[in-house]
Amino acid sequence: MVAQACTNMALLEIKGVSKSFLAEGKEMVTLSDVNLSIEEGEFVCFIGPSGCGKTTLLRIVAGLETPSSGSVMLEGRPITGPGPERGMVFQEYSLFPWRTVLDNIAFGPELKGEAKEERYRRARIYLKAIGLESFEQSYPHELSGGMKQRVAIARALVNHPKALIMDEPFGALDAQTRNIMQAELLRTWENKKKTVLFVTHSVDEAIYLGDRIVIMSARPGRIKEIIDINLPRPRNRTSPEVNQIRDRILQDLRSEIKV
Amino acid sequence: MNGDWAKTLRREWISALSLASLVLVWQAVAMLVGDTLILPSFLQVLVALEASWKTLIFQDLPISLLHFGLGMGAGVLLALPLGMGMGWSRHMDRLIDPMVEVIRPIPPLAWIPFAIVWFGLTHESAGFIVFVGAVFPILINTYVGFRSLPRVFVESAKVLGATSNRDLIRYVAFPYALPSIAGGVRIAMGISWMCLVAAEMFGVSTSGLGYRIWSYYYLHKMEYVLLYMIVLGLLGLFIDRAFRYVVEERMLKWRAGLTQ
Repeated sequence: MVAQACTNMALLEIKGVSKSFLAEGKEMVTLSDVNLSIEEGEFVCFIGPSGCGKTTLLRIVAGLETPSSGSVMLEGRPITGPGPERGMVFQEYSLFPWRTVLDNIAFGPELKGEAKEERYRRARIYLKAIGLESFEQSYPHELSGGMKQRVAIARALVNHPKALIMDEPFGALDAQTRNIMQAELLRTWENKKKTVLFVTHSVDEAIYLGDRIVIMSARPGRIKEIIDINLPRPRNRTSPEVNQIRDRILQDLRSEIKV
Repeated sequence: MNGDWAKTLRREWISALSLASLVLVWQAVAMLVGDTLILPSFLQVLVALEASWKTLIFQDLPISLLHFGLGMGAGVLLALPLGMGMGWSRHMDRLIDPMVEVIRPIPPLAWIPFAIVWFGLTHESAGFIVFVGAVFPILINTYVGFRSLPRVFVESAKVLGATSNRDLIRYVAFPYALPSIAGGVRIAMGISWMCLVAAEMFGVSTSGLGYRIWSYYYLHKMEYVLLYMIVLGLLGLFIDRAFRYVVEERMLKWRAGLTQ
């Protein structure tokens, strides 16, 4: 535990966040009174049945949606819209198809007005970190799904975000690629000590990655339980401890889904 | 590689053969008809070319290209920002769309009388008809390109720091819509090319390829009429190919995976 000198304020503070919208004249509540604080450098996974609002919650943190009530604070300042200090990786492939891999990664710096040499130099560092140096001038359609998501992560990281928001980033990948991507993500996370908010459908993925797993319940979406995972990394995906946690989460989720 | 080359050569060969047979059949039929007024022969057209290539290249061609350039230029200048605005803002769409829908079905050539009244027998007048033919395909394709922009690209750009409309249009919507816009410009060029000839023929101009066709027709010099027709066809083909080469193979390389 690193004691912070002047404050024990969390990096991200989600306070009383609710979100509802009107559908066919009826009010639908997607999120109801969600409270959560996330420390700097934490890896937090969100899991829950479809419609539990986990994606909505992350989109609110990203600033792409506004809560109906409550607030989200990053380092004590309220979030009012999207910004590069909160990077986001989407489930769909989101690379700009008209830009080369290098220009995709250099997009954020380009917006900030960084000179060409400088932004390419920085982009190349991240390109090297994801092992795609030789694809610098390739276009996204020439990459595999796993490569695309690697580039998407690099594109977010080059902006030095305080938090990385990931909405089922590996959901479209096959199981093998997915395992490799998870291990890679952990390496990056350990190197950079970034705060990560990670939505997933996969219990295995959540246990393999997270410091904490936030289990959400549906209709209205709220936090049902938060599980701390104090296992050392890299984690064995089939160890007895992991299996125990998996059983507990699966039971939790089963009670949520009333067929 | 060698095989590829031979294959290309063989394909070119067949194309050449196809064109040669067209010329042969044409020449034979013309000789059979034996009347220059009804169908001038290939050789007669060659003679006409020999006699008139100077006027063709140094007078009529530059004038027609000027009309074409004026109209296309004005068309792009108006349609591009308008289409972008309508594609980006619902309000602007609702405001302008009814006007567009009412004016668009009017055939460009129906504007000829007004072109003459407004601009006289000037280059601008012919350019105006070309403009009317060009503006709507560009406008509509720009609009469609902007409208079909997937949300994930906009949101990605937003979380990467592009928050102003200006940045989002410049860095995301415009490059995304470019293939659609290019397609619109290509269609516009085809339509404008036809409008150009008609505009010049129907007296909006006192020179140009279309004008010359009409004046040769008055003189019943049909081999010249046919010569100018062929030049118009080849020129249209050349402009289209040049555009495709420059735009689709160079600027829009990134679409390779989508189009081939």
